[in-house]
Amino acid sequence: MNLNATLLGELIAFAVFVLFCMKFVWPPLMNAIEARQQKIADGLAASDRAEKDLALAQDKAKDQLKDAKAQAAEIIEQARKREAKMIEEAAHKANAERDTILAQTKAEVEAERNRLREDLRKQVAALAVAGAERILQRSIDEAAHSDILEKLVQEL
Amino acid sequence: MAAGEELTLSGHIQHHLTNAKMCTVDGSVAFNKACSEAGFWTWHIDTLAWSIGLGILFLWIFRSVANKATVGVPGKLQCFVEMVVELVATNVRDTFHGKSKLIAPLALTIFVWVFLMNLMDLVPVDFLPAFAGWVGATFFGMDSHDVYMKIVPTTDINMTAALAIGVFILMIGYSIRIKGVMGFVKELTLHPFSSKNVVLQIILIPANLLLETIALVAKPFSLALRLFGNLYAGEMIFILIGAVGLMQLPLHFVWAVFHILVIVLQAFVFMMLTIVYLSMASSDNH
Repeated sequence: MNLNATLLGELIAFAVFVLFCMKFVWPPLMNAIEARQQKIADGLAASDRAEKDLALAQDKAKDQLKDAKAQAAEIIEQARKREAKMIEEAAHKANAERDTILAQTKAEVEAERNRLREDLRKQVAALAVAGAERILQRSIDEAAHSDILEKLVQEL
Repeated sequence: MAAGEELTLSGHIQHHLTNAKMCTVDGSVAFNKACSEAGFWTWHIDTLAWSIGLGILFLWIFRSVANKATVGVPGKLQCFVEMVVELVATNVRDTFHGKSKLIAPLALTIFVWVFLMNLMDLVPVDFLPAFAGWVGATFFGMDSHDVYMKIVPTTDINMTAALAIGVFILMIGYSIRIKGVMGFVKELTLHPFSSKNVVLQIILIPANLLLETIALVAKPFSLALRLFGNLYAGEMIFILIGAVGLMQLPLHFVWAVFHILVIVLQAFVFMMLTIVYLSMASSDNH
């Protein structure tokens, strides 16, 4: 064992190496490692978040689809109701119109018949009067017996 | 054998285990055997050159990766470097609970640097010393036996001691920073034997001081000697295997495979103990 000045030299070299390592080697390497770890952690977190987002979006889409289906069914139902209502209304209207037309026609027919009857009565009256005139030409004075004739006409 | 015929086996081993030395004798630079009288002011130039070279290699690779470090998909080298950094950071996080910007880079430096220095043990033992001998003989006109080249810096006690002393200085620094000077002194004097009685406590102080000081100083000693001992023994066995002729090939292979474990393990142990010691130094409860 011969300790000598080499020891001092090595001691100085050791100190210089450690200081150099501390100043110029360790920090950049450690920074790179830690930054990468951070990056990986961020990436994993982001992928987790994306997975959750995806599940959420799928749920939402399902809900919306369900809503849309329900809405469509409702609309169809409404349309059907309206259709039925419209048909009913139309039928009603048609019936009413038919009734009106029928009533009108009846009234017209009635009026015509009345008119015709009146005509006929007048003609019969005239005929009766003419007949009677002819029969009673001499004996009956038109003016004196007009009340009888009038009564006859009324009875027809 | 690179050492030549006239050298004995023990001479060969001795040659392998000797550092290249440099010193100043009478105001001029001298090398190797001329330095036997130089005492403390001798420099092991092979240890210094290899260790600093490997340290620079480590910092250069890691710095170039750090410069180009991307937050996105990393390249293969960046992946590897980040794996090492992650390993060190995890161990530091698990063991050291205080806040410190120094501990993690310190642990990384120790781990990779010691690993690289240990790794030199796997270079076949005769290659580089023989090459150095050839260079010395060819270009500098030296006797090739006079050229020493010990390429594993961690088999030099100066190297491991320097690391351990560096850690020891930090231990004391952290102790004082966290607990204050008085806290540190109290820790050394009032444990493990303590008493409510003031007089008794004062009597117990020398015993406490002795025990605690030994416990404190044992840490850098064990750090330095563990690494040195493991690598020195491993190197020694490589050298011995290198001396048994053709049989050395399978033996080298087996020992090298086993030694891979030792190389990584010793680097890791040195790093872990550094973290543990500094963690102990900076925690308040004894």
